[in-house]
Amino acid sequence: MKIANQQDFVSGCIFVLIGSVFSLGAWFKYPLGSASDPGAGYFSFGLGAILFVLGGLVVFNALGKEVDIAGAIGAIAWRPIIVILASVAAFGYLLPRLGLLVALPSLVIASSLATVEFRLRDALISAVVLTAASYGLFVKALSLNLPVGIFN
Amino acid sequence: MDALSNLMMGLAVALTWNNLLYAFLGALIGTLVGVLPGLGPLATMAMLLPTVYLLDATPALIMLAGIYYGAQYGGSTTAILINIPGESSAVVTAIDGYQMARQGRAGTALATAALGSFFAGCVATIVIAFFAEPLSHMALKFGAREYFSLMILGLVGSVALASGSMLKAVCMVLLGLLLGQIDTDLISGTERFTMGIDELSDGINFVVLAMGLFGLGEIISNLGKPAEEREVFTSKVKGLWLSKDDFKKAWPASVRGTALGSALGILPGAGAVLASFSAYALEKKVARDPSQFGHGDIRGVAGPESANNAAAQTSFIPMLSLGLPSGAIMALMIGAMIIKGIQPGPQVMTSNPSLFWGFVASMWVGNLMLVILNLPLIGIWIKLLTVPYRLLFPAILCFCCIGLYTLNNNNFDIYSAVFFGAAGYICHKLRCEAAPLLLGFVLGPMIEENLRRALLLSSGDWATFVSSPISTTMLLLSAGLIIAVAVPALSRRRAAAFQED
Repeated sequence: MKIANQQDFVSGCIFVLIGSVFSLGAWFKYPLGSASDPGAGYFSFGLGAILFVLGGLVVFNALGKEVDIAGAIGAIAWRPIIVILASVAAFGYLLPRLGLLVALPSLVIASSLATVEFRLRDALISAVVLTAASYGLFVKALSLNLPVGIFN
Repeated sequence: MDALSNLMMGLAVALTWNNLLYAFLGALIGTLVGVLPGLGPLATMAMLLPTVYLLDATPALIMLAGIYYGAQYGGSTTAILINIPGESSAVVTAIDGYQMARQGRAGTALATAALGSFFAGCVATIVIAFFAEPLSHMALKFGAREYFSLMILGLVGSVALASGSMLKAVCMVLLGLLLGQIDTDLISGTERFTMGIDELSDGINFVVLAMGLFGLGEIISNLGKPAEEREVFTSKVKGLWLSKDDFKKAWPASVRGTALGSALGILPGAGAVLASFSAYALEKKVARDPSQFGHGDIRGVAGPESANNAAAQTSFIPMLSLGLPSGAIMALMIGAMIIKGIQPGPQVMTSNPSLFWGFVASMWVGNLMLVILNLPLIGIWIKLLTVPYRLLFPAILCFCCIGLYTLNNNNFDIYSAVFFGAAGYICHKLRCEAAPLLLGFVLGPMIEENLRRALLLSSGDWATFVSSPISTTMLLLSAGLIIAVAVPALSRRRAAAFQED
């Protein structure tokens, strides 16, 4: 027996893990109640248990003698994952502290690095255009309550 | 003719300037995302959900629906002109549509697609008007157990009829249901699974989940793919009309496609995709001389295009009349309703008739706008086809981030979306569809409530779910669907239905 289908094997493991976290959490922390008087943990426990079992089935099905190439996970796009998620998180951190006029251009320039086709000139132009457009649309036209400048 | 008088009332609502504006905006954005590379209706609707807070319920739903069916139009434009279906339901259109374009008949193909879609849209609107009402009247008599079974049937149906591994799809539904458990229990007031985070005591925000999984997740997986070469069919598109001969050939195909699409759209799962594939197969079967298919047969454009548009529209029936989402897009619509404080379900029609009928009528209005948007303005869309993704995605990110922040004026929502964005990419890599997860998440609280209420009423007797004929029928249907998909012979045919060309 080997792992025939990587994708299914990993997803099955994740299902088993999450299923056990929820069912054990419900079991230990919340009142399960009974069928005639279901408690806060009743539904969670049931769902978690079913997910645990079905996830186990996914893992079992992923095992076999021959490796299934279609199920290979393949290369992971680390660059876009890290760049996109980090630049969005940085925007979340910067916006309340330094305001839109700093956070938004940072987001545009930083996120542009996610692709190998990055061109500094284009990124700078995008940053200016998008910041101006967002300021006009969200702050002026829609008057959304966004922190704009550094000092407010 | 009750439905007709109601439609007239709806038309009065849909034709107010404000609603017309949002129908137009929806159709415009829909066409845009259908045409633009790497941006689908699902991600766009997810990203536009924060605007729902700013709008009234009726214009918000009108706009979101417009994006959905607008994308069907835009998707077929790219299928015909550059052989890249902008939308999965336009895959079949690319077969004959692109061949027509290569023969210099791009204008005819585009006109056929637009007019076929328009015809289908008109018919489907009337189908909705006639079917949604009796269905919701029936559902109004449902008790907790019938509702529970109905939602089980809806969930089972949407995973059984979708493509991909059914077992994994069921697991994703369960995962969605479990994510819905992170909240404050309505009955006992206990905070569940919040890990002491205050922001989670009202549950995970639906917009954050959808935007992370579909918005950010899609951007990352698009960037992870090698850049696709888009060669636009630059030769001028001319003759945006059908000759008499073309018309004679196309209209029966369009009628058949509309009928097939309207019927298939009501089924949960990938209605529009299934409809266009089936319509293409049907056209090939009924044609006296099928040799031209694949070489630019106009019927291969008219049939599937009508079918996918009809199906896209009738798929609103279960959502509107029963509160049951048949796919991720409908789950987003239901999420938008909940945001506006409308409890989705059969009572919407009676408690909110102007919303309900105005929404239905707006679909017809939106379809008319789409014909106008798509045919005379085709030149603009062709230019947009060439926008490179590297310029597009930072703009999308700006929009997402600002939308996320304004939900609660809080950066917690942005951080949560980062988490779900990573989860979305993992799902993509492991080929776990995120759509069933969203369905489970939306239906979770309703399922739990109805389950617990039914159990309370029956003093804990699980047999209650099989002691009412309606509930029993629905559970038997669900079981039947699961068995049908699990039987190897049938599941091979199911796989074939999605791959047949």
